[in-house]
Amino acid sequence: MSGFDTATHLVYLAAAAGFVLGLHLMNSPATARRGNQLSATAMAAAVLVTGAVLIHDNSITATGVVVLIAGAAVGGAVGLYAARGVAMTAMPQLVSLFNAVGGGAAALLAVNDLSSGPSVSASVAVTAALDILIGTVTFTGSLVAAGKLQGWIPSQPLVFPGARALTGVLAAGFVASGCALVATPTHRLPLILLLVAGLGFGVTMVLPIGGADMPVVISLLNAFTGTAVAMAGFVLANAVLIIAGALVGASGTILTKLMADAMNRSIPSIIVGGFGTGDTAPVSG
Amino acid sequence: MSADLMFDLTVFVLSLLVGFEVISKVPATLHTPLMSGANSIHGIVLVGAMLIASTARGPAGYVLAFVAMAFATANVVGGYVVTDRMLGMFRARTPQPRKDGES
Repeated sequence: MSGFDTATHLVYLAAAAGFVLGLHLMNSPATARRGNQLSATAMAAAVLVTGAVLIHDNSITATGVVVLIAGAAVGGAVGLYAARGVAMTAMPQLVSLFNAVGGGAAALLAVNDLSSGPSVSASVAVTAALDILIGTVTFTGSLVAAGKLQGWIPSQPLVFPGARALTGVLAAGFVASGCALVATPTHRLPLILLLVAGLGFGVTMVLPIGGADMPVVISLLNAFTGTAVAMAGFVLANAVLIIAGALVGASGTILTKLMADAMNRSIPSIIVGGFGTGDTAPVSG
Repeated sequence: MSADLMFDLTVFVLSLLVGFEVISKVPATLHTPLMSGANSIHGIVLVGAMLIASTARGPAGYVLAFVAMAFATANVVGGYVVTDRMLGMFRARTPQPRKDGES
């Protein structure tokens, strides 16, 4: 391992430690803001050192540099504008939108890996399939959740005839296409079917859930994205993605439980949605 | 199973356990900021997006890399800024009752 590699890995390790400590500081109101700043600093360090790796490797094409910078500029400008301009009351749906794009990006990493490589190992195929599935479900699920909070989509539980059957078909579809993808990772058809099934499932999963439960659903989808990012870390063999992703996946799950408890709701009854156990239950409490 | 995969799996499982332990008794007022903060952390996917931009060749690869970069950067930048705004609001509100208590 060269000196440069060692330095890179140490910075990644420090960034991972920064995420853990930052998240921990966010447990208490007094230290929460400092925790977020620590986490942001760790993120900046990880991104800068990745930039240094790209320069050091010198394998990126000129077009690649333009694409990278243009993508960062567009995403950064949109993110900054949205985060600065949003009304205080509209923050949860904005978080949901950021979660959607994070999940989408994680899915795209695996799509890129499967569609560019001539051959893919079995373990990469499995994690890539999981990444695509979780990423796409989060992408459309978070968009629907944001739409419900913003009022673009009716916030009451939407159940149309055959909705359950459609969800079942989509679930069967992603299991089947996921297995097909693992068996033949470089084929296009199972990849496309998996993308379609995942995107569709995200919609049909969140539509039947009432608007009042949306914060819990967003937290759950947030945990999903974390897991998708960890899977992307397996695909790219990058430890900092695995650490940060798993961290968010696990803490997001605990947070989802805490939020559901605070609202006197159970997670399974929220996910099932629209079955009458939904929005009428808290009246007794 | 390769040694690298075994190592990655170890890191994954231990990180999950850290994630379960790191938040425990969070007051309900911090639930949304904490969700938003965790949301920004999974913006680390930006590192992955940068890596695929470096290996991208051909139009399809560049388009994928561009969209992934834009998505991931929006997640990171927007996530941290909006979390900071939430927490700033939180802190601005706390001194008020203290002042009332003094007077």
